[in-house]
Amino acid sequence: MKRKQLKFVAGSVVIILTLAYLAYSGFKEGNAYYQTVSELYASKDQAYTRRLKVAGDVVPGSIQREGKSINFMISQQDEKTKQVETLTVKYVGNDAPPDTFVDRAQAVVEGQLGRDGVFVANKMQAKCASKYEKESAAGVRKSD
Amino acid sequence: MAQIGQFALALAWVVTAYSIVASLLGIRLKHDNLIASGRNAALGTFVCITSAIACLGYLFAVSDFSIKYIAAHSNRDLPIYFKVSSIWGGQEGSLLFWGWLLTAYSALVIVQNWRKHSAMMPYVVAVLMGTSFFFTSMHLFIVNPFNQTVFLQSDASPLPFVPHDGNGLNPLLQDPYMVIHPPMLYLGFVGFAVPFAFAIAAMITKQLGDTWIRTTRRWTMVAWMFLSIGIMLGGKWAYHELGWGGFWAWDPVENASMMPWLIGTAFLHSVMVQEKKGMLKVWNMVLIILTFIMSIFGTLLTRSGMVQSVHAFAQSPVGGYFRAFIIVALSGALYLLFDRLPYLKSENQMESIVSRESSFMFNNLILLAACFAVFWGTMFPIISEAATGSKITVGPPFFNKVNVPIAIFLMFLTGVGPLLAWRRASTNSLKRNFLSPAVIALASGVALYFRGVQHFYAWLSIVMSIFVTLTIIREFYKGAAARSSGTGETFLEAIVNLTLRNTRRYGGYVVHFGFVLLFIGWTGQAFTTDAEGEMGVGDTLSIREYTLRVDKLGIEDTPNYASDKATISLFEYGKKVANLYPEKRLYKAGQEKQPTTEVSIYSTAKNDVYLVFQGGTRDGKKAIIQVFYNPLTMWVWIGGIVLVAGTLIALLPNKKTILRRRPEIESKEERKEVEEKV
Repeated sequence: MKRKQLKFVAGSVVIILTLAYLAYSGFKEGNAYYQTVSELYASKDQAYTRRLKVAGDVVPGSIQREGKSINFMISQQDEKTKQVETLTVKYVGNDAPPDTFVDRAQAVVEGQLGRDGVFVANKMQAKCASKYEKESAAGVRKSD
Repeated sequence: MAQIGQFALALAWVVTAYSIVASLLGIRLKHDNLIASGRNAALGTFVCITSAIACLGYLFAVSDFSIKYIAAHSNRDLPIYFKVSSIWGGQEGSLLFWGWLLTAYSALVIVQNWRKHSAMMPYVVAVLMGTSFFFTSMHLFIVNPFNQTVFLQSDASPLPFVPHDGNGLNPLLQDPYMVIHPPMLYLGFVGFAVPFAFAIAAMITKQLGDTWIRTTRRWTMVAWMFLSIGIMLGGKWAYHELGWGGFWAWDPVENASMMPWLIGTAFLHSVMVQEKKGMLKVWNMVLIILTFIMSIFGTLLTRSGMVQSVHAFAQSPVGGYFRAFIIVALSGALYLLFDRLPYLKSENQMESIVSRESSFMFNNLILLAACFAVFWGTMFPIISEAATGSKITVGPPFFNKVNVPIAIFLMFLTGVGPLLAWRRASTNSLKRNFLSPAVIALASGVALYFRGVQHFYAWLSIVMSIFVTLTIIREFYKGAAARSSGTGETFLEAIVNLTLRNTRRYGGYVVHFGFVLLFIGWTGQAFTTDAEGEMGVGDTLSIREYTLRVDKLGIEDTPNYASDKATISLFEYGKKVANLYPEKRLYKAGQEKQPTTEVSIYSTAKNDVYLVFQGGTRDGKKAIIQVFYNPLTMWVWIGGIVLVAGTLIALLPNKKTILRRRPEIESKEERKEVEEKV
């Protein structure tokens, strides 16, 4: 009886260890630090080596297509200093930017910060924050 | 109408509270009338919430923008069916819808089971109404859908006003799949509350045989089926609405529906071990508790904006309440489980690693591992922030690396498990059952390898698919052959009758086959390619055996939206096969005009050609068209349909045997089935 149970335990341990290894290597491949624009600037040199995800609002009028890439800026107000910090982004991803990617949308870009201060992103998500939730939190704004 | 809705909610709240108190007090005092009144109150809750939903629907239909929820999620020109589906288009309404389904399920459970399980039912009512109380409290106090539209004055005091038009339904949700996807998903999520309630009732009353499992078997299957449909529809929606060429991205909101599905699947399998062998009793309790908690957690994830997601859901106050509810429900259930451990002793032990029990055990182990991995990956930003102070997100590679091998191993078990004998499978039976399928599958594997399928996982997945399909065909063939030689039925009749006589077993095989098809479609994703081009009228673009030619670029205008539209001819090996119309729409409602992509898809069994209108060039003379070549995608949807069909078969009651054998030699299984019917 003992030996049989040992087999089950051994089988389960092998499975779990394999999965844990796969999880670890998958994590290494796809992980990214999620930061705000000001946190990004605060982390200094580390910012150039890490893979990053940065969130901010798309600065109105900043979106420009340039061949296959799209240049734009995102900005965010720092919660403590109340200063608005801006980041220039060059999107070079394979996928088309999502439909929700418009002026003032909340965008999350994923990629790396170049030494020239331009954030090169190959992934992007966006949502129109203003349209849905900000308003229903404060009631619908009077239509203009 | 809003006042009626408001009143219905308030009444529902009171009645729900009363139902809990009356049920519990009635049991304590052994007062039958009080128990019955608790039951009636639970039915009353259903009536109240139904009225509230009806009021909300009416307000949408007449576009009453004095109600905030209506103003925020509808507009005058919205087609009526989208107005109705706006009921679950936002936070408040979708929670109300959740709550409504829960009361509807509760009412149904009561009607079905009140007489049969008189000892358990008052507790079942109390648990269901406890959950319902949480939701009615949310409707009434936290996210009330009947709140008035207000205009915030400069001193921040609200002033009621009626906007001229509403903000409109999110254009991405203006899609037939989105009309039915949320209800299906919710029917699944909420459905697991029923087996959970029975499990808790069983523990409280110490009726810990398999009564609760038998009673809720169909409920669990129904919930699982709806959840599967919901997930499939969500994938289908993402595929044709979001325009990135795929249907699954491991987004937190997708994961939210996947987690209860994974544990629910484990539960569906492991209850069979308890029914047949009296084992895994504690385990099953843990699974159903986790399934229920994961359903609530899924609702929390989608509704609280706790984790960053592409889905533009709310940052809202509901998160804290949901977390509190989860903690209370989970700790209560686990405490009860711990207290009842002595009653949940296993009647048997695992005997061999090559046995049905063991295959179920491994099935459970890896389904749970999959769920854990998905949970961990989804929550990692929060976990890492708590542990190290920096938010770290994991990407699709993490989920794929863990879950692809798990899925392939599951496929293996799908083929092997159902044919293994209980207790211990003999070497002979292994040879008999698996030798030919394994040899054929491997031989096809060798052929595939030389025909160019050299991606390891894809290869393994296809070989497994062939293996599992063969074992399933063999099962049907064996059963039908035996039956037709015994009864003189034709082969086809034999297959049908065989299935109808043991719906659960053969329905299960059909579900497994659906899973195989789904898997084949999913494997196709490994070979997706795409191309992109700036194209004017007459320009062509080629991808694999296809060529696209732009015939027309134009503008279309409707009251609801305006769109840029391309008319494109698709040629396969130079022969025209279809006209495709990818567009970019601009919806008119709301202050900010958001473009949406309407993809156009040419779908065959072999592959999909998926066109995206990415945008126009500045001079307006050319369109940027992206084309995806997605092999085998159609099989994902067909697999989903087969999976649902299989579940429906498994839900049918078994047809009675016409030629009754003498009762004393009836197998235990059949006797149990007869008992069940009585």
